[in-house]
Amino acid sequence: MALFNRTPRAPLEYTRTLWMRLWITSVLMFLYAPLLVLMIFSFNDSRRNVVWRGFTTKYYEKALNNDTLVEALINSLTIAALATVASLVLGAMAAIMLWRFRFRFKGVVDGTISLPIIVPEICLGVAMLIFFARINWPNDLIYPFNLGAITIAHITFCFPFVTMVVRSRLASFNKEEEEAAKDLGASNWQAFRDVLLPHMRPALVAGALLAFTLSLDDFVITFFTSGPDTITFPVKVYSMVRFSVTPEVNAASTLLIILTVVLTAIALRLQGAKNISVSH
Amino acid sequence: MSDKSPIIEIRNVSKRFGKVTAVDDVSLDIEPGEFFVLLGPSGCGKTTLLRMIAGFELPTEGQILIDGQDMAHVPPNRRPVNMVFQSYAVFPHMSVADNVAYGLKIAGVGRGEREERVREALELVKLGGFEARMPDQMSGGQRQRVALARSLVMRPKVLLLDEPLSALDAKLRAQMQFELADLQDQVGITFVTVTHDQDEALSMANRIGVMHKGDLAQLATPADLYEYPANRFVADFVGSVNIFEGTLSVDEPDRAAVDCPGVGKIFLNHGVTGPHGADVWVALRPEKIYLHVPGQGKAVTAAAQDAPDGHNFARGQITGMSYLGDITLYDIKLDGGETIRVSRPNLSRHDQDDFTWDDRVSMHWRADSPVVLLS
Repeated sequence: MALFNRTPRAPLEYTRTLWMRLWITSVLMFLYAPLLVLMIFSFNDSRRNVVWRGFTTKYYEKALNNDTLVEALINSLTIAALATVASLVLGAMAAIMLWRFRFRFKGVVDGTISLPIIVPEICLGVAMLIFFARINWPNDLIYPFNLGAITIAHITFCFPFVTMVVRSRLASFNKEEEEAAKDLGASNWQAFRDVLLPHMRPALVAGALLAFTLSLDDFVITFFTSGPDTITFPVKVYSMVRFSVTPEVNAASTLLIILTVVLTAIALRLQGAKNISVSH
Repeated sequence: MSDKSPIIEIRNVSKRFGKVTAVDDVSLDIEPGEFFVLLGPSGCGKTTLLRMIAGFELPTEGQILIDGQDMAHVPPNRRPVNMVFQSYAVFPHMSVADNVAYGLKIAGVGRGEREERVREALELVKLGGFEARMPDQMSGGQRQRVALARSLVMRPKVLLLDEPLSALDAKLRAQMQFELADLQDQVGITFVTVTHDQDEALSMANRIGVMHKGDLAQLATPADLYEYPANRFVADFVGSVNIFEGTLSVDEPDRAAVDCPGVGKIFLNHGVTGPHGADVWVALRPEKIYLHVPGQGKAVTAAAQDAPDGHNFARGQITGMSYLGDITLYDIKLDGGETIRVSRPNLSRHDQDDFTWDDRVSMHWRADSPVVLLS
């Protein structure tokens, strides 16, 4: 058995020690066992979802035929897409501003931008609820405009993450590269497009991914800003769970997990292909 | 424009960053086709001056003219100059060919001509066949060649180079010094280089501007800079030198003498334009001093040939020596009290055995070797 093989262990071959293997196994168990149980029980042929009663896919059918659940999923994806695009633009611009310019109260601006990351979600949720009520935000608009309030709320807590990721990437940028582009005749915009943007690309992909997943699974802030017609997926799952945890919920959650994993894989792949070069 | 007028005119240019004056009222003309080097220690303002020519900094005062045109309102991307940056600033996400073609692409040069010119430029810097390489697959020296080609392909009127050799190892640096000079000969473009390395400046330049604390300390050809430094800073910064303080005791059109306590009387066979009795400094290069075994009278005889008896002659004891292969350096404590550094070429294999620690030596130097400095 490989676990107990007798060839001498080199000093840095940590993964060949027994205690390290046990540690890694338990970490993985801790992280993924609940998800695995959730996925397995989505195929459970039982309404109560506690005891295994045999294999079925009928709850997937049921979940996909549940119109309100599908509508909630579409709402969630729409909000996530809109919030991602807006956060990306806003976040990247904020990052460039903080990286490039010196101005009065820069420290204050810097601090306030990362505030939505620190402030407890519940506070942000309540604040958003009061804010939208106070300005009489219309809540009888048609799709997708009815999602405006939630989208704005999501942008608020997503874009600081984009700023953070993009800024740390910008720190490794060699400003002489931008000067070289201008020296060769490029305008400000051309230098940005041809030199700075390619450098930022990995951070933009990572930031977009972060914003998308944060928006997709946000519950607290969404709960306070959603109306009866604007249920998102997490909020819908929560309301379903309040009645009973059926395999239908498991099936819906499994679909969400698969969706995020696939999106992440695609994003990482796109990033990998473009990000061979490192700055030096 | 006629060939006689300078390609770059710097007129009373100053640059201040807040309270710090980086460049202080510098005026300077650079001639077309010349290899001009701005030399100085770090923080002397040489890079700021170069960046003002490129357009990345604007002068606080004064005027910069390139090819007769005032550059005050011309942004870097419209100036007829190109720059090779200290970090080379090769675009890491573009292939070598794309890097070199970048400026032409921006300028709207057609694909056919672009490819032709990129190929020519890469051949010029001996990187033919490297078109498809990515910068991270190249050595530092090769990346520098890419940066050179990327600038040269634009056919600028002036090529600016910011510390071009500082990141290369010693062997490669020596090789690149020659290659840069060759390249400049080939393309005939005016080169303006910034460096802190005096060897680099002396070997490559047609003319050197030495900068010190924002001022232009001296503007001269390499030989003049070395043999006739204008002040103590230049004498000390370019090459190594012995500097002695003294008073001007004789000053006539064809001869002068300086009394240096600790050394003796230093005699010169030419006049000095300085007030009689003034405090002056005498600079004497280590290689211009001849060492002799004492007691044979050779030093006295040699000194007497072109200087009055007793002048330009000294005795002392060796307190330190360092063998450098081609030369040996000796630190000698003179009987007068001063310490003097002498370098001696090792012309034959056992020359370094002639003198050693604690030996008594005599020495002389010729009457045209010392330089009198007034500041």
